[in-house]
Amino acid sequence: MMAIALRPLEGRTGGYYLLLAALAGVILLGLGAVWRMEHYGHIVTGMTNQVVWGLPHVFAVFLVVAASGALNIASIASVFGQTAYKPLAPLSGLLAIALLVGGLCVLMLDLGRPDRLIVAMTHYNFKSIFAWNVILYTGFMGLVIAYLWTMLERRMNRFTPMAGMAAFLWRVALTTGTGSIFGFLVARQAFDSALLAPMFIVLSLAYGQAVFLLVLVGAARWCGRPVGPGLLQRLARLQVIFVAATFYFAVVYHLTNLYFTKHHDFERFILLDGGIYTALFWLGQVLVGMLLPLALLLHPATRHKVRSIMLSSALVILGALAQMYVTIIGGQAFPLVLFPGRQVSSSFRDGMVNAYLPSIPEWLLGLCGVAIAGLIVLVALRFLGFLPERLDDAAMDAPPAAPAHRE
Amino acid sequence: MSGNNEPVDPAGGRRGFLGVAAAALAGVLLAPGVRLIEIAQAAPGAASATAGARRGVRWGMLIDSGKCASGCTDCVTACNTENGLSGGTLPTDSQWIRKIEIKEVRTGKTQSLPMMCQHCAEPPCVDVCPTGASFKRADGIVLVDRHSCIGCRYCVMACPYQARSFVHEPLAGQKPDVPRGKGTVEGCTLCVHKVDRGEQPACVTACSDAGHGAIVFGDLNDPQSEISRRVAQYPSRQVREDLNLDTGVRYLGI
Repeated sequence: MMAIALRPLEGRTGGYYLLLAALAGVILLGLGAVWRMEHYGHIVTGMTNQVVWGLPHVFAVFLVVAASGALNIASIASVFGQTAYKPLAPLSGLLAIALLVGGLCVLMLDLGRPDRLIVAMTHYNFKSIFAWNVILYTGFMGLVIAYLWTMLERRMNRFTPMAGMAAFLWRVALTTGTGSIFGFLVARQAFDSALLAPMFIVLSLAYGQAVFLLVLVGAARWCGRPVGPGLLQRLARLQVIFVAATFYFAVVYHLTNLYFTKHHDFERFILLDGGIYTALFWLGQVLVGMLLPLALLLHPATRHKVRSIMLSSALVILGALAQMYVTIIGGQAFPLVLFPGRQVSSSFRDGMVNAYLPSIPEWLLGLCGVAIAGLIVLVALRFLGFLPERLDDAAMDAPPAAPAHRE
Repeated sequence: MSGNNEPVDPAGGRRGFLGVAAAALAGVLLAPGVRLIEIAQAAPGAASATAGARRGVRWGMLIDSGKCASGCTDCVTACNTENGLSGGTLPTDSQWIRKIEIKEVRTGKTQSLPMMCQHCAEPPCVDVCPTGASFKRADGIVLVDRHSCIGCRYCVMACPYQARSFVHEPLAGQKPDVPRGKGTVEGCTLCVHKVDRGEQPACVTACSDAGHGAIVFGDLNDPQSEISRRVAQYPSRQVREDLNLDTGVRYLGI
């Protein structure tokens, strides 16, 4: 029986520290943007009273959704019994935590009163899904840390299936909670739908798998432990299913909306004459985020190439950001309908499509979250053992003993 | 490798550190859950539903769109003056009340009415507020507790009437009765500071002083009040009635 050891990254420290410094630089810039927003108010951003959630929320929701999906591989290993994936489970858990921390940082720093975080953590209105999310997100981190501990501490290995199941169920609740942030909004045409919760679960599968693939293959190549083609194909096949599922949900969402006459104006806005939102929907969400990755992963000429698989993951992530932009910001740009069938106007922009342009502080804050996630992953990979020593097919196919943690 | 019987454990220091760090992190992460138990057993705070409100009262307004002239903004001006709002109409300026001009496309018929927080009996903004800063008083007035508001803007997303504004810049010279601050959310308070003194909201007073008489304010639970008699006599409607929010603000002529 082959024991797969997890070993920290070594070698080529120059490039590693350069990347670390770059990420730290992005984080510092982001914190500078936060200081500016906190000092001068949100007026320094592109957000307005009509578009109150801007680009930071696009990044934050993407990171949080990807975080729960990044736990896929670990869940498949511990909960669904695919032991071949066990050596990858710790990396999966690490990514879940890192992405969630990044997303939460962006959410917390975008608050109007980030200094009142302690109020948010001590005052709960349990009818609010936001309040539940505070508990779901922090609990998820705690659970995944415990789950990682059961995997990495040999004496605790026998608790791994239980911890894995708990983390999996919690992650389903968490993603349902995230989708419900929007699904519970009766006021807006873009959101009032029970479909959003399961849709976010499916989105998390695709987004998380894309990030996991990129990090795994990238890290493995960097330190000379390339992923074997067999494992890569298995991961790529999973991704095909996940991306196809997101496509299905997009079709059902829009088809259903098109069936409701009262939603026709909104659908026309997104699908036809919404300008940037229409472009991002068709080119970003559908073409780049769904069709191109599927083509790359299925076409005989490209499906076996590592580059194609990496590219498809990157495209899924770009499409994800486009989808979040269309959903979150497009949903606010389209005006609330107070008097159906009538033309309205007011000093508060009733009846008008609301303009929004992301500002530099918002870009910096969003990217800061990504950099925080990246920094956590880089540091953990370098100084702790999260990457299996061998990822080639011979090692991965042999039924492994519990992954040993070697310093 | 040392020659001792006990192998040196080079990872002992690292494991110890990780153990302590994990315990500390677990403590921080578990704190909200522990606090839950405390809160569940705690007494209600000052922002509770009964503070300041008279028992059995439900404040409401009846707005007659037919008496509302297109282009007239007396109610808006009065609200801005009373509450210390800038009166600006930039996308980032707070507007607690606004005039909406409505046009029926096919016939060209136009009408006008003021729109503000509708003080719903089932307010979506109260449902979604994570800290409970958005709350409904026992007398039906929906308010924002500026001490607990963290500025997440979820209530702005949730309000079906776009009634809430977010304060985008530092403020100075706030009115003493009207707490406002950068980074929090605000909206029409039904001039709660005046109502609690037995007066009427500024918009109502301004409209009647100017002779338009389009807005009636009163206790919907008192069958003898003017608003209750009118609501019983004329077919009043609520905006977005299908949402079943049971708003305190009703309209005639829509």
